[in-house]
Amino acid sequence: MKLSAQWIRDFVDVPVDDRRLAEALSGVGIAVEGIGGSGKDTVFEMEIGTNRPDAMNHYGVAREAAAIYDVGLKPLSALSHQLSAKAPQDAPFHITVEEPQLCPRFSACVIKNVKIKPAPEKIAHRLQLLDQRPISNAVDATNYVLWEMGKPTHVFDLDLLEGGRLLIRKAIQGEKLKTLDGVERTLSSEDLVVADAKKPVGLAGVMGGYDTMITDKTRNVLIESAWWDPLTVRKTSRRHGIHTDASHRFERGADFESTVLSCDLVARLILDSGGGELSGDVVDVVSRKLDQAPIVLRISEVRRILGEKLTGGHVFRILKKLGFNLIPEGEEDAEFRVQIPSWRLDVEREIDLIEEIARLHGYDKFENTLPSFSGAVVELPNAAVDKAFRTRALALGYNEAVSLTFISNADAERFSSASVLELENPLSEEARVMRTSMAPGMLDMIAWNLNRGVEEVRLFETGRIYEMRDKERIEPERACLGTTMAALKRWLPAAAMLDISKGEGAGTAEALRAFKGDVESLLAVFECAEIRFDRETQEYFHRGRSARALANGAVVAQFGQVAESVRADRKLRQEVFLAELDLDRLHKLGARKVKIAVLPKYPPVERDFSFIFADEVDFGRIEQALSGLQLQELRAFAPVEIFRGAAIGSGKYSILLRVRLQSDEGTLRDQQIAAWSEQIVKALQKLGGVQRA
Amino acid sequence: MTAHSKFTVAYTVHKLTDYSPAALGKAAIECVSACSSEASAVRNEADLKAFRDRWLARKHGILTQINDLWLKGAPKESKREAGIRVNELKVRIQELVDGAHVSAVQPEIAVDRVDLSLPGIHRPIGAEHPVLRASREMCAVFQRMGYSVAEGPVVETDYYNFEALNFPPNHPARDTQDTLFIAGQESKPQREKLLLRTHTSPVQIRTMERLRPPIRIVIPGVVHRNDPPDASHSPMFHQIEGLAVDTNITFGDLKGTLDYAMKDFFGSSVKTSFRPSFFPFTEPSAELYISCFICGGTGKRGSDPCRPCKQTGWIEILGCGMVDPNVFEFVKDNGYDPKKVSGFAWGMGADRVALLKYGVDDLQLFFHGDVRFLAQWA
Repeated sequence: MKLSAQWIRDFVDVPVDDRRLAEALSGVGIAVEGIGGSGKDTVFEMEIGTNRPDAMNHYGVAREAAAIYDVGLKPLSALSHQLSAKAPQDAPFHITVEEPQLCPRFSACVIKNVKIKPAPEKIAHRLQLLDQRPISNAVDATNYVLWEMGKPTHVFDLDLLEGGRLLIRKAIQGEKLKTLDGVERTLSSEDLVVADAKKPVGLAGVMGGYDTMITDKTRNVLIESAWWDPLTVRKTSRRHGIHTDASHRFERGADFESTVLSCDLVARLILDSGGGELSGDVVDVVSRKLDQAPIVLRISEVRRILGEKLTGGHVFRILKKLGFNLIPEGEEDAEFRVQIPSWRLDVEREIDLIEEIARLHGYDKFENTLPSFSGAVVELPNAAVDKAFRTRALALGYNEAVSLTFISNADAERFSSASVLELENPLSEEARVMRTSMAPGMLDMIAWNLNRGVEEVRLFETGRIYEMRDKERIEPERACLGTTMAALKRWLPAAAMLDISKGEGAGTAEALRAFKGDVESLLAVFECAEIRFDRETQEYFHRGRSARALANGAVVAQFGQVAESVRADRKLRQEVFLAELDLDRLHKLGARKVKIAVLPKYPPVERDFSFIFADEVDFGRIEQALSGLQLQELRAFAPVEIFRGAAIGSGKYSILLRVRLQSDEGTLRDQQIAAWSEQIVKALQKLGGVQRA
Repeated sequence: MTAHSKFTVAYTVHKLTDYSPAALGKAAIECVSACSSEASAVRNEADLKAFRDRWLARKHGILTQINDLWLKGAPKESKREAGIRVNELKVRIQELVDGAHVSAVQPEIAVDRVDLSLPGIHRPIGAEHPVLRASREMCAVFQRMGYSVAEGPVVETDYYNFEALNFPPNHPARDTQDTLFIAGQESKPQREKLLLRTHTSPVQIRTMERLRPPIRIVIPGVVHRNDPPDASHSPMFHQIEGLAVDTNITFGDLKGTLDYAMKDFFGSSVKTSFRPSFFPFTEPSAELYISCFICGGTGKRGSDPCRPCKQTGWIEILGCGMVDPNVFEFVKDNGYDPKKVSGFAWGMGADRVALLKYGVDDLQLFFHGDVRFLAQWA
């Protein structure tokens, strides 16, 4: 919103230049966001809060300036001179208010024999400064008055009003009105209209009617200035999608006492430029008074909230300058009864007055203090474990990422079976649904990187997904890791490579195993006795290259290479790996507790076993078989080498197992080792393994 | 080559004739200084071994000789004194021998030289997301002041997002929050209708419903508005919000707390200024400006205009105010009688703070997951 500095100065003699004035106004919350133009054409770019319709005009801002500098404010009435009816009132114009609750006050006056022409240069120039388009002397008069003192008014071509009367009523459902913008609107029975004897001629407080507007042919004018119920104006404005300078002010509350004055001001401007004469006095229909009860203001309360020892005298001076009337009550200015000016509908409570005091006193003048506190500090229950998780993900080389919370319907269907929360007003079709899975966002981020030639991607994101379950919305917490084949292969430590067969498949297997290691490292943040893996992953994972992790029987993660179909659909130019972790379930396990084992006193003995197995015998089964021996001295066993190839035969693989034997009782003797080795060999043979020399 | 062969005059142990304390002391000092200078002359492992043997060898080591020559030869009346001296000396010599090491000046190294001007091998280290990092840092500032972290749902009801925060139904202030609504809510009463929270403030109400005063909470979280993405807007962004309620909270406390927090977060030279503003849930309401930490409040960077503060020297950083009594009315039954308690609240955009703090010029960069961008915070 723009205001002219010079126009403000019409009403107040401010002892500073425009720049200083702008700063001072900002300091009391009448924010000047920018200054344009220069000299007499200096324009302030204003940002006025929704609670201050009284300051959305020049006079209102002048009032604030007068209060800041403690200088006089010229009365508005001085502008209207003394208008008096010159023409005899031929037929009195009738105004009937059917809805006194919604239109407590309606003022109007009539000017006859006007010549409609362009507005005088001064008026047109000032409106142009504010980016308002001059139209004609009569229309510009209403616009000028709106910007001058804030009260919206409207002018009708009197001769187009049928029946010599105006009626303020609810619209009839389905009734038509072509508004000033040329749009024909179908009215609702909730809309309030100004109507003549036959038809609606204006949408109350929002916009006038097209058919009764001022034209070159207009000779006689009716000026309307009413006070409309803010909520009714707002609803009508929203229903029809029309936001006007008038509706903006009415829905925030206009000055109840300015209807007659604004009629006078508009009339004056029209008479000055278009001639003609006032026909009869201003008709002022007041069907209901606004209730602006006085407020009791206690100095003790001012001090309780603001914390500064402001005195009654101080408070009195500040409020008086803003137009409040204070009557001291009680002793030594401890309390005032404060009457609220009609333009300040936002001030209804004691706290509103306290804000006015703080504002004009100057926020920066209050001393900075720090409060004492007797309460306790409580951490979020998962704060520590979440931090451990994040720290570990970062240490594993994954960058923390944030993706948008919206996904498309198609992705919602592909990546989850949950029932979704859909947006009523989405930004786009691709962002219609609240995410039910972290996977689509992660895949999009990986694609972003791949499409820009960034091949080594490691990302993780923690956040919420959004689901409807049993008609209730829930926001489960999830973590998602995403990485690429290039990133995994880049950091495969040579010493940890198992598969010595040369070939593409071997590399993939090792990369996947590296990713599994990352997932296991993250799961190890949480306390769980046993993690088991199975292959029951969702369909967007590669069948043979993905797994689920189950902690104490509950699924806590799924991870692996994404399915070829997903990769194709998103045009991912590399194999991509995802891991999804169910943080809610993991949180329930709690943080891993550190357990200390006694370090062994006696040296371990390592023995290698080389076996050939059929492919169906995976390492999990070897693990089971060896654990099943329940040898206390069998401390560890690990695969050291795996080989597949022609030398072994298809459907088979060779594996070199390294077993560590150790006792707490003493150094192991050869015959003990031999006996255990035999048990191990038998267990492996039982699986169909063939020992190699 | 033996170690002592290098020395101009090698130290040897002499038989003592004078067992006075002064003479004993002098002999001990002589011995220690000889050992010390030999220790510093050790150049390689062979030197080290020779040095150690010369002083500590059981058969003919210097310590053994001292034991034999000084102690055994001592007259009866001096035996005790000499014993104490010799023991002290042994300890000191042992220390010097233990502490001796091969000194760095070794010509052999040049032969086995690794080119350390080659770049080091860098293991991948992930970076914390800049917005979340800024948010966590800001939370930490307040946690140090006794604030607890609180959270709440992202999909909220009209009641918590608006009504209980003193945005009555159909109030124009709602226009300022371009709200994304959940579909299919037509049949619900207004206050139960679901929407995406437009600010983290609903957590104020939820926390006050749960905990009686006094409270101090800081609320980080994701919020949404119907803003198409551009360099300074995103339909999803992050807020950090704070609330303090007690029997004695004043506007001065609001100012003091935020002044302290801004200095802690942006640096102690930052100044604060408060200007009146309007928010439905606070009164009086304020906007907090901090002196521009980029140009130091001058509005200029060298001869160029400072962009982040638009040459004003001030940056608007957050909205705040005293909790409106109408807000307390919604939780009055839980001990929040506005006649007895007062409080302040503040809220800021974590994304904007990150933009400013790290000098990023496009908000969208935060949400692409571009590794090249994110890795800069590692």
